[in-house]
Amino acid sequence: MDSNYVPKETKNSIVRVMDDGVKTAWPICLGYVPIGLAFGVLAQKAGLRPSEIGFMSLLVFVGSAQFIAVSMVGSGAAIFPIIITTLTINLRHLLMSSSLALHLHRLTWSWLALFAYGITDESFAVNLTKFQNDQWDLQRALVVNHASNATWIGSTIAGGYGGQLIPAGALGIDYALIAMFLCLVALQLRGPLYVITAIIAGALAVIVSLIVPGNAHIIIASAVAATVGIGLRRSGGFSPNARK
Amino acid sequence: MMRTDYVLLVLGMGVVTYIPRWLPLSFLSRRPLPQWLVEWLDLVPVTILSALVLPTLVTTGDPRHLQFLQPELLVAVPTFLFALKTRSLAGTVVVGMLIFWLADQLL
Repeated sequence: MDSNYVPKETKNSIVRVMDDGVKTAWPICLGYVPIGLAFGVLAQKAGLRPSEIGFMSLLVFVGSAQFIAVSMVGSGAAIFPIIITTLTINLRHLLMSSSLALHLHRLTWSWLALFAYGITDESFAVNLTKFQNDQWDLQRALVVNHASNATWIGSTIAGGYGGQLIPAGALGIDYALIAMFLCLVALQLRGPLYVITAIIAGALAVIVSLIVPGNAHIIIASAVAATVGIGLRRSGGFSPNARK
Repeated sequence: MMRTDYVLLVLGMGVVTYIPRWLPLSFLSRRPLPQWLVEWLDLVPVTILSALVLPTLVTTGDPRHLQFLQPELLVAVPTFLFALKTRSLAGTVVVGMLIFWLADQLL
């Protein structure tokens, strides 16, 4: 699919943009369905109605934080601790958003504000890879964000209505997100420096995850490993422009 | 219709979720960044992805503990090799799901 052949008018037509966006987003949507359903079921057990479930998915749009929040609601926690916990869980998005910022220069506040809403682990990973490798732009990235967002909201509400009826683990769907992340890691290994940094990050993440419950290991391991990687690069062992 | 407490909670969660996503975009995308930061941010994606995925493969449970002999890790090996070879996201997802499902049937 060589987009050089496409005349400029059609390259950015709504249809093309939506098509590219949805084609890119479908693994995320696929992976969100079982998780969203599971969340809906849990939320309903904790006493939330489908409208309330949809409201949370719409305003928050983070799987991990929503799961934890709902279990805290179920065990009667107060508002403030839940909000603080949500903040801590989502701090890693600071790093992700920073990496994306490199590719989003010169955009107006309103576009950035809209895009910020949809930054999740999965949309970050997919959009960033596309920005690095293909002719990707904000519109397509937005389609990815919102397609996965819509799927998330839809599946959480569906789960709230009766997700227990759906058999678990159908067709290996639980592995969709892991498989996606594995491929995205593979695509990031653009040279030996990246491989070593990835190994350091992974090992560190595993160690920290065993000590600290929750998601803190992601941001800790990532920040430390990236710093070590810079040190390795600066010490001259690797060419800064090593790209495979 | 929705309980007031709950609405407040979700609004609060929404705000603290949105800010970490919004701040870097507003700060970093509109001014030139120092070279060390660009290089650092260039390494961040691979570290985040690795930090995200590796624990899911080798740890499990609550409280978390190491568990190497789990299908997630075993299936990850052929899936990752497939990804390296084909560099296809869609293909890897389908293959990974298929192998995982097969592993589930056989074990």
